[in-house]
Amino acid sequence: MTESTARVERAALETTRTDNPVLAVLRTSVGRNLGLVVALLLLCVVGAATAGDRFASMDNVLTILRLAATIGVVSIGMTFVITGGGIDLSVGAILALASVWCTTVATQDLANDLHWMVMVGAALAVGAGCGLVNGLLIAYGGVVPFIATLAMLASARGLAEIISDRKTQIVDVPGFQDFFAREILGVPFIVILFVLVAAAGWVLLNRTTFGRRTLAVGGNPEAARLAGINVKRHTVYLYVLLGLCCGVAALMIISRTTTGSSTHGGLYELDAIAAVVIGGTLLSGGRGTIVGTVLGVLIFTTLTNVFTLNNRSISEQSLLKGAIIVAAVLLQQRLASRNTT
Amino acid sequence: MSLRPLRPMRTKFGAGLLAGVTVFALAACTSNESGNDDEDLGGGTSAAEQGSNDESGDTVVIGFSAPAADHGWMGSITESARNVAEQYDDIDLRVAEGTNDVNLQISQVETFINDKVDAIVLLPFDGAAMTPVALKAMEAGIPVINVDREFDDPNAARVTVLGDNYGMGVSAGAYVCSQVGDNPDAVVAEIAGIDSLPLTQDRSQGFEDALSECGLDVDNRVAADFTVEGGEEAAANLLQAAPQIDALWNHDDDQGVGVLAAIENAGRDEFIMVGGAGSRNAMDAIKADDSVLKATVIYPSTQAADGVKLARLLVQEKAMSDLVEVEVPRMVQLYAPVVTADNVDQFIDTAFAS
Repeated sequence: MTESTARVERAALETTRTDNPVLAVLRTSVGRNLGLVVALLLLCVVGAATAGDRFASMDNVLTILRLAATIGVVSIGMTFVITGGGIDLSVGAILALASVWCTTVATQDLANDLHWMVMVGAALAVGAGCGLVNGLLIAYGGVVPFIATLAMLASARGLAEIISDRKTQIVDVPGFQDFFAREILGVPFIVILFVLVAAAGWVLLNRTTFGRRTLAVGGNPEAARLAGINVKRHTVYLYVLLGLCCGVAALMIISRTTTGSSTHGGLYELDAIAAVVIGGTLLSGGRGTIVGTVLGVLIFTTLTNVFTLNNRSISEQSLLKGAIIVAAVLLQQRLASRNTT
Repeated sequence: MSLRPLRPMRTKFGAGLLAGVTVFALAACTSNESGNDDEDLGGGTSAAEQGSNDESGDTVVIGFSAPAADHGWMGSITESARNVAEQYDDIDLRVAEGTNDVNLQISQVETFINDKVDAIVLLPFDGAAMTPVALKAMEAGIPVINVDREFDDPNAARVTVLGDNYGMGVSAGAYVCSQVGDNPDAVVAEIAGIDSLPLTQDRSQGFEDALSECGLDVDNRVAADFTVEGGEEAAANLLQAAPQIDALWNHDDDQGVGVLAAIENAGRDEFIMVGGAGSRNAMDAIKADDSVLKATVIYPSTQAADGVKLARLLVQEKAMSDLVEVEVPRMVQLYAPVVTADNVDQFIDTAFAS
């Protein structure tokens, strides 16, 4: 009796939901991204209105993109982990450790003797290694992702401080610097790298078995296991992938600052998670969008830029950032509740 | 495996040389009397005399960026820069607010470059990490005024404004000598800041060198971390280890709040204490003369404000009028004076709130 009433009520609710045309459009993946594009355009309008040509110049656009590149690459990796039902709080610390490890005197000497690619290899290996530890702890050790990566956050930055003795390590490998600091057709290389990583991420998530498995593992691990997916191994892959992204981001920040330091990447985990969440990836896993994440990153970095141009304080910006996250998640819940009923 | 940073020596030598040539003891950087509540940092265009440097000129757009204001001294850096800018109607100060993320700070400076500001005053979160973007600004023809944390390339700044960490140690040591130097067996203790930082090592070296002048040395030394909690913990351990102390130097007044709390808890008052940096509450305590804190050594929190004033002079093609030189100097190193009950009134208005 009560059950049937509830069912009727639910059906009625659903009808009203479907009837709301705005929500109906927003529910489709194109619509969701459209919402983000509109938000980004609104920001640009505000920027252009308040700062005029100072905002709408090519130089300023490149400034925004250079800022977005580092955190963007981390966010792409984070999208995979969150889509797969996990979370990683250690990305900033892994970035710091990778930046320190690949700029030690020993690594740089080796790079000068052999080839600057040694540094690239070192950063990627450290990132992937940390990701592997995270993944193994979570998948095979049964540690909750939140805790495992919290531990990595503390220990990776600690190790970075020990290795660097809390000093800033300056890079003096000409080949490395020439490669990463160059511009191609006026576009900085790190921005191109960000675009490449995003494109690769999109293909991987949307057009490969790996991507479909990620969605399955995040949506319902038990069903995924019954369908023959090695859930544990796949989870490890996801954290290694994110670790690799952190390695790439470390290389970007090294080229931007010509230094490796244990203080690099502070609070990047929060920026990355925020960008992924407002992009439309479900924190509970099972649905992810690379386009949304890229838009999310661009929204936050453009916001930062508009605030800087207008001489406004970081505190106001943080306040607004918080409001945007809450609004995005509330909207997301309205849209997603349909899937669970 | 050697883990030392790469080019510190060369930089140190260069910097030392420059410092040697152009050291200016801008005693407390305010020679004006400031009796009012607002910090008067020596501006005042309207009241300026004809032909003086303060006379209003072409408007100067200055971009300003500093690390996050996570302790009193750093908070005062930005605040005093703003204050000094407000006192000139020809300064348009654009403040990109504090961040400890070098990636973001670089992008702030890039924005200033895009904006074609007239000058940039930069207190980097990390001097070495901000060097490339500072070079970029200089190449774009925008003079950079580097404050407190040095770049690793001398070409990255037109002017560098520095505090004197070694001098702080010397001032503190000389004061301790003047107070307890008569007693060759006097027990001297030291509570340092973060031990691995070069600035802490410089301060300790200066302290040791000055003490050796009167035949004393540091008997007990602990290191804290510039925070109140860290200061309390380190001081509690130190007091436990040294049952009898004659003089104590604490490197930093922010952590000094915790140090004084530990001393209070232990009920100790047989020694004199010297502070560091020069916070408002330390100076209040010195003035009231009701605790072991008898003096503090200043590490000026107004150095970014000096950077703003120098940027203005530079862009308006004026010189420092008290010098013969027709150009603003390459480097200004500030003096680290000792503040005691006798001269505290002279400094208290430029002290920072911790």
